[in-house]
Amino acid sequence: MATKLIPKELAKRPDRLSPGHRLCAGCGASIVVRQMLAAIDAPVVIANATGCLEVATTIYPYTAWRVPWMHNAFENAASTITGIEAAYRSLVRQGKIPEQNVKFIAFGGDGGTYDIGLQALSGAVERGHQFLYVCYNNEAYMNTGIQRSSATPLGAHTTTSPAGEVIPGKQQKRKDLTMIMAAHDIPYVAQAAPSQWRDLMQKTRKAVDCGGAAFMNVLASCNRGWRHATDETVELTQLAVDTCYWPLYEVENGQWRLTYKPKEKLPVEEWLKRQGRFRHLFRPENRHLIDELQAEVDRRWERLLRLCGET
Amino acid sequence: MSRFEALTGDNAVAMAMRQVNPDVVAAYPITPQTETVEFFAEYVADGLVNTEFICVESEHSAMSACVGASAAGARVMTATSSQGLALMWEIVYIAASNRCPIVMSLVNRALSAPINIHCDHSDIMGMRDSGWIVLFSENAQEAYDNIIQAVRIGEHPDVLLPVVVCQDGFVTSHGMERVEVFDDEAVKEFVGTYKPRYPLLDIEHPKTLGALDFYDYYYEHKRQQVQAMENATGVILAVAEEFNRKFNRNYGLFETYCLDDAEVAIVVANSTAGTAKVVVDRLRGEGLKVGLLKPRVFRPFPARELVEALKHLKAIAVMDRSISFGAMNNAGPLFLELVAALALHGVRVPIADYVFGLGGRDILPREIESVYRDLLRVAESGRVERLVTYLSVRE
Ligand SMILES: Cc1ncc(C[n+]2csc(CCOP(=O)(O)OP(=O)(O)O)c2C)c(N)n1
Ligand code: SF4
Ligand SMILES: [Mg+2]
Repeated sequence: MATKLIPKELAKRPDRLSPGHRLCAGCGASIVVRQMLAAIDAPVVIANATGCLEVATTIYPYTAWRVPWMHNAFENAASTITGIEAAYRSLVRQGKIPEQNVKFIAFGGDGGTYDIGLQALSGAVERGHQFLYVCYNNEAYMNTGIQRSSATPLGAHTTTSPAGEVIPGKQQKRKDLTMIMAAHDIPYVAQAAPSQWRDLMQKTRKAVDCGGAAFMNVLASCNRGWRHATDETVELTQLAVDTCYWPLYEVENGQWRLTYKPKEKLPVEEWLKRQGRFRHLFRPENRHLIDELQAEVDRRWERLLRLCGET
Repeated sequence: MSRFEALTGDNAVAMAMRQVNPDVVAAYPITPQTETVEFFAEYVADGLVNTEFICVESEHSAMSACVGASAAGARVMTATSSQGLALMWEIVYIAASNRCPIVMSLVNRALSAPINIHCDHSDIMGMRDSGWIVLFSENAQEAYDNIIQAVRIGEHPDVLLPVVVCQDGFVTSHGMERVEVFDDEAVKEFVGTYKPRYPLLDIEHPKTLGALDFYDYYYEHKRQQVQAMENATGVILAVAEEFNRKFNRNYGLFETYCLDDAEVAIVVANSTAGTAKVVVDRLRGEGLKVGLLKPRVFRPFPARELVEALKHLKAIAVMDRSISFGAMNNAGPLFLELVAALALHGVRVPIADYVFGLGGRDILPREIESVYRDLLRVAESGRVERLVTYLSVRE
């Protein structure tokens, strides 16, 4: 019997990512990782791409991980976990190690996933390994000091897309990686957020039990990069969900399903105005960028509703 | 105990891989290594191996998956050439630094640009500081034998380093040769089973591998890699001895041919050493005291042993199939390292470098003969006229 997804039960289990790691207070990544790993009863083996989560949890000779964990490089968490998973299948098949229903998980940031690691991820899921790839998405290269990635939204200030006198932040809109992964036609793809913890945990369970390759894109705010107070992490991810900037949905064996529909779709501005990285957008000359962002959110939301049969 | 088969170098390597029966192979095709991957895929398809074959989308992922699988506790192999190795680069270092005893077959091919699919040694020379043990093979037989020994060398608890086995692209990889193939059982017995020290898949004892390592520990870990390299020389010789006892073929750090009483000698690796032997025979027939040294182990570089074997000569020519651009006199890497070794041990033998065969340019017996004739003149005068010669190039 799987552990019930109720806080009282879940709180009894030891954290697989232990306290004492050096991620910033209020870092979305650690919340996402702990919630997801708490959802899985089976043993897990983890590959972690270079990035904040990796550097801040394993500073030799310390480690915050209570489960087998490996870091290889920045762009290859997907290929690394497939090597580990292939080794497991091979060794189990030959009777060299016992079968233990091990779940294989790769964690990569948006930089390690949307950008430099996209090829490795695409190849790994196409090969049909049994693993879950999780992109903890904070929408920039945080570990190296907040540089833009292809997950960074239009208009956001980063250190490589600074809000300057002439150019007001990032000039391009974000890539829709979840859609790209859905186009791979793998057993399970989902988008989630830690503010909807039960949804996130249920999706995690489906993902690791789907019998093939699974991908989850999880919004994980970085208060350093997004510029908000450390205790606003969960609130801000929920605002991203309620503005439909970050819809929660899943694609299970080709079936699209919206897993959360905001009662009232808030204007994207409600989310933007809470973050320092968008402050410059509220200057009169930049208001058109907010309109563009809203138009993008609306267009993508409408498309998603159609795909999910909600219209 | 064995039989003879007509095999190409690529096929011989695939045969050795089948007999070693690794737990995981991750590889990506590239000329002239492709046939190895194809043959191996057939063995997998025919159920002749227990291997999980990961047909990755790039060499970067091939090496990444190899590192993951090796860390997991599997015996792992791969194969590549040239651009494939170049794409692996980043992870090639990680494989050695994480002490993953992966075995790689490298079919030597020129590096782009311009793109060229034929043999030279610029690919392997680029990874010479990466922490891998490097073995050269003159022919398909040696490639086969080296692959089998590489498994034992890399996995030795005092070593735990990846091993790359080189052979010349096309010349060896596609040339059909008579190869002695040992019985499957004998190879299986020789390589034994891999007992990983710290496998990631030991679920009950969770480990963190590949942690962030700063100024307080990184250096010590590098020092340990040096120790492993130092240990490797003895292990390579011990494995060779055991191989000789079981399979009756003798390997060392290098092979010498008519060297003991020679006055001049060429040092050259891989297939060209075979051609040079023919030239040595011919010149010996004329009563000329010429010899040959064929490096087998390039990493760890057996400096002392090489100097010991070469110090009696009156002139030495190194033949390099790559250039270390911008290095001293734009010479080849093998020359540079040998010059340093001789100087360090206080041996003053006149020595010259002959760069040859880049991009697969043929190297003919008469060209090797011209090198010997140069050497005989140097031996007489005691003076090297030209330090670096680019053999048979249109200037
Ligand atoms: C090949 C390579 N290029 C660049 C880097 C430098 N680098 C390390 S982490 C990082 C950004 C990580 O961003 P992301 O994946 O979004 O993770 P985050 O730090 O935001 O959690 C970069 C650029 C690297 N380690 N390796
Ligand atoms: S910089 Fe951002 S992503 Fe990195 S640890 Fe701090 S809050 Fe987390
Ligand atoms: Mg990021």
